Amino acid sequence: MNLNNLLSEKRSVILKKWCDLTLQTYPEESQSFFRKKDQFANPVGHTISEGLASIYEGLLEGADVGRISEFLDRIIRVRAIQEFSPSEAVSFVFGLKSIIREELGSRILQNGLSEEWAALDARIDGLALLCFDIYAQCRQKIFDIRVNEVRKRSHRLLQMAGLSYEISEDNENNKDNGDLQEDK
Amino acid sequence: MNIVLSLIVSGLAISALVVIPFAGVWAAPFYGVHIEWLFGIVIPYLAAITFFVGMIYRVVKWAKSPVPFRIPTTCSQQKSLPWIKYDYVDKLDNPSTRLGVWGRMILEVLFFRSLFRNTRLQYGEGQSIKYTSSKWLWIGAIGFHYTFLVVIIRHLRFFTEPMPFFVKIIENVDGFFQIFLPTAYQSGLLLGAAATFLLLRRVLIPQVRYVSLPADYFPLFLILTIAGTGILMRYVLKTDVVSIKELTMGLVSFSPKIPEGGISVVFYIHLFLVSALFAYFPFSKLVHMGGVFLSPTRNLENNNRAVRHINPWNPKVKIHTYEEYEDDFREKMIGAGLPVEKKVAPTENKE
Amino acid sequence: MAVIPKSWNVPQPDVLTKKIDHGPASMGLQKGWMSTTPVQIKEGMHCHAALAKNLKTVGMPNPRDWSVMGDDWKLPENWKEIVLDGLKDRLGRFRSFQLFMDICVRCGACADKCHYYIGSGDPKNMPVLRAELLRSIYRKNFTLAGKLLGPVAGARNLTYDVLKELWYYLYQCTECRRCSVFCPYGIDTAEITMMGRELTNLLGLNIDWIAGPVANCYRTGNHMGIQPHAFKEMIDFFVDEIEDVTGVRVDPSFNRKGAEILFVTPSGDVFGDPGTYTAMGYLILFHQLGLDVTWSTYASEGGNFGLFTSNEMMKRLNAKMYAEAKRLGVKWILGGECGHMWRVINQYMGTMNLDVAEGSKMEDPVSPITGTKFENAKSTKMVHITEFTADLLRHNKLKVDPSRNDHLKVTFHDSCNTSRGMGLFEEPRYVIKNVCNHFYEMPPNTIREQTYCCGGGSGLNAGEDMELRMRGGLPRANAVKYVHEKHGVNKLACVCAIDRAVLPNLMEYYVPEVDVTGVHEMVANAMVLDGEKKKTVDLRGEPLPGKEDSE
Repeated sequence: MNLNNLLSEKRSVILKKWCDLTLQTYPEESQSFFRKKDQFANPVGHTISEGLASIYEGLLEGADVGRISEFLDRIIRVRAIQEFSPSEAVSFVFGLKSIIREELGSRILQNGLSEEWAALDARIDGLALLCFDIYAQCRQKIFDIRVNEVRKRSHRLLQMAGLSYEISEDNENNKDNGDLQEDK
Repeated sequence: MNIVLSLIVSGLAISALVVIPFAGVWAAPFYGVHIEWLFGIVIPYLAAITFFVGMIYRVVKWAKSPVPFRIPTTCSQQKSLPWIKYDYVDKLDNPSTRLGVWGRMILEVLFFRSLFRNTRLQYGEGQSIKYTSSKWLWIGAIGFHYTFLVVIIRHLRFFTEPMPFFVKIIENVDGFFQIFLPTAYQSGLLLGAAATFLLLRRVLIPQVRYVSLPADYFPLFLILTIAGTGILMRYVLKTDVVSIKELTMGLVSFSPKIPEGGISVVFYIHLFLVSALFAYFPFSKLVHMGGVFLSPTRNLENNNRAVRHINPWNPKVKIHTYEEYEDDFREKMIGAGLPVEKKVAPTENKE
Repeated sequence: MAVIPKSWNVPQPDVLTKKIDHGPASMGLQKGWMSTTPVQIKEGMHCHAALAKNLKTVGMPNPRDWSVMGDDWKLPENWKEIVLDGLKDRLGRFRSFQLFMDICVRCGACADKCHYYIGSGDPKNMPVLRAELLRSIYRKNFTLAGKLLGPVAGARNLTYDVLKELWYYLYQCTECRRCSVFCPYGIDTAEITMMGRELTNLLGLNIDWIAGPVANCYRTGNHMGIQPHAFKEMIDFFVDEIEDVTGVRVDPSFNRKGAEILFVTPSGDVFGDPGTYTAMGYLILFHQLGLDVTWSTYASEGGNFGLFTSNEMMKRLNAKMYAEAKRLGVKWILGGECGHMWRVINQYMGTMNLDVAEGSKMEDPVSPITGTKFENAKSTKMVHITEFTADLLRHNKLKVDPSRNDHLKVTFHDSCNTSRGMGLFEEPRYVIKNVCNHFYEMPPNTIREQTYCCGGGSGLNAGEDMELRMRGGLPRANAVKYVHEKHGVNKLACVCAIDRAVLPNLMEYYVPEVDVTGVHEMVANAMVLDGEKKKTVDLRGEPLPGKEDSE
């Protein structure tokens, strides 16, 4: 009997609790909606339930960081633009620790698996660190998009006015764009 | 108003509506007061008048508000080029003719087409049940409205002599399962079940609970109580139907009188609740019954590009004319080789 | 056994059993929505306030500079009276409004149909509740039950806080009409939002992302405020680019009297990428056909942010199309790819402005190439470009080589307005299927009349409300991700200029492998032009796989 066996055995209970815990961070009126199982009518709920399941599998199988990050990314990407503080957005990861303690704590100790348990806890901590990176990337992306959007809207004008980087130096016909010049 | 308050308020209102006729018909005679005429004649008449006048007022008010724009919600392919598929579904969901609109309205009013839309099947891996609650809403709504209709038609037996044939037919169909005596009508029970379902749904689904008002619980309570008293009268207390018909026929023939032997108080409670429902109708959300016919997103053709729709109050507005525009930019336009109307620039005219 | 001190103010990871902050959850004892005001206005969820100068330009009331995050919105003294009078006035002028205020039964069929609700879970983004915010004011002031019973009848007083809450959620609705499809009475939240926004405009409470384009469009003819010479220069610029790619020099004309057709398209496509490539597509198409068509610098805007302001403003801006058609003496108008522009044209333009066209030379639109009579546009005289092109393709009047788009795996995003305010479904699909070989539909509950909004419609595609847009766009992005993963889709086609501005950002965030294109960009890329050189790149200058090495 090793820890992975126990985790596989209790898979559905642990996942359900983990999912519930994560959904509890949403307004109460909407939690039942997010439980609906329709990938397209309910992308948030779907992303969370599928994502958590995949992360859990990945954790058991010792999947590589790329795969795990991909699943974390799906969840964090959504939470990064919802009404959460950064800590709230990534807090769901730590919930897994408590759930495992609650569900399996005594059996783990009975079976003398505390070493493995500590390792698992460390891996979950690792997940949280990954989440932190991903969250920061997502927020950065939002700001990049904001900046790029402004550029996309005006870059043709800059180009036309001879102000964009593609046609440098030539600033002759930009007489109507004094303020743009300042921006440069 | 949260749900508890809403339920309490609605419940109290219903209790009052039960207590009043009870006091008036059952208790008052102990004090020598006989006011059956009030509950059997005056209030029903007042309620009926309120209902008809109120509904007419409502509909007239809606109708008086013009329809400035033709704004159907188009739920299918438009009619465009002759070879682009525009079959019967499109003709109904995106009608381009009056006939299509009639079809759309019939589907909407009789079959709750838009509610049914929720049940459209969706594909997706490993998902067996989709939108169940919405499908249930459609079933519940259909069940509720149709059993209500059947119950109303059945009640025509109290207001007609002889009974029209369709009332007979409805009664026969409705009482098809003759398990009990007197004949048990399924409609009453189903109506109760459907109303209960709609109520439970409102209480149990958090989103719906969040948007619900006392004005949503009250009519459901009212209808449930009406159905309850009706069932009680028919199956348990076996109220004297002959006397009731004497009263009701008197009401419709405008020669009302309270029957000699008197009628059980449950009947008066039932009648009072029905009166309350009628009087309440025009002032509540129940007016959707009439409103659905007037809905501009459903009852108009999507042919605005082919046939002009007239807005009776089409406003006069100030437009920035081409002339003003050219005045603003003439020199630049000439410089860029754009054609202009006036060659000579007048003095700059900045607004 | 909380391990983290409460004062840290971070989530407790081990509070598994119940999250205490949310109260006794399943009992539903939470506050009713009416007691949840004042609303907390959040950054990222709203657009900036309209600038005074933009309101002044078009003579809108109460022009002043103000801030949404500020406590004082600088309203006129009698603001309450203004709102209530305005409400009354509109109830009497719009049957839709009066009816939709009265007949909602709060059945909840619409609740989970709104993209903002789906993406955020904020219960006030449920269409029914968004409408109830306004209905509660209506009930309090205009119904007997509301006056007598107050909150029991769902009525509440119009207070400063109520106004702010209403405003916040009116500008979190993209008027996409998806909820209206599912409503058993056809209640259209777009209609309610439009009325609500008209009321906010009486107080000068517009957002600048709408007020700015409106003012610009009024004065210069387009949203960007581009002056006529710059507009022409921009298109001339495209002419050079087209020549670089195809070897063919197209020759567009501007403000040309006596042309047969006036072409109007959203200015976003003339100045913003990737819409610019769609604009090049139009130029190439017209040139190859030898179409007698002219652009206008006066009516250089197809879009109409007046639609998001008030019906009068919509009319003022829209009138330019007919005025210009009349001045130039064209026979009919051809309209480019745009969403809300077509909502206006299809459902409002004829009604509002056909009077302007009186005495013009306009006649029933007929395609000069195929002779097809566009019967469905015989009153407004305005034809959608995909109707026009579909007709060309049907009659084999357009030489196309779809294999030039073979590197594309395309899916199509139905824009809300052309879907639920028009029913333009088959035309763009017919065109796409004729110009590219790999086309995949997204799942049925995310397209056609059930299409999801891009998240930035109705003037909400500003930069400051990016979180709002990303939440609203999630259902759409999610469906694109699905076809990307399943079929390898790498192009998201659309017929809407706002989509072309909004969807690239949405894709960049959720599905970066997918790019956004207009339909006519793909048409032009597939077209075989007379006198063309050997094509090695597409309009974007990106190499065409399989074509570059054969040189």
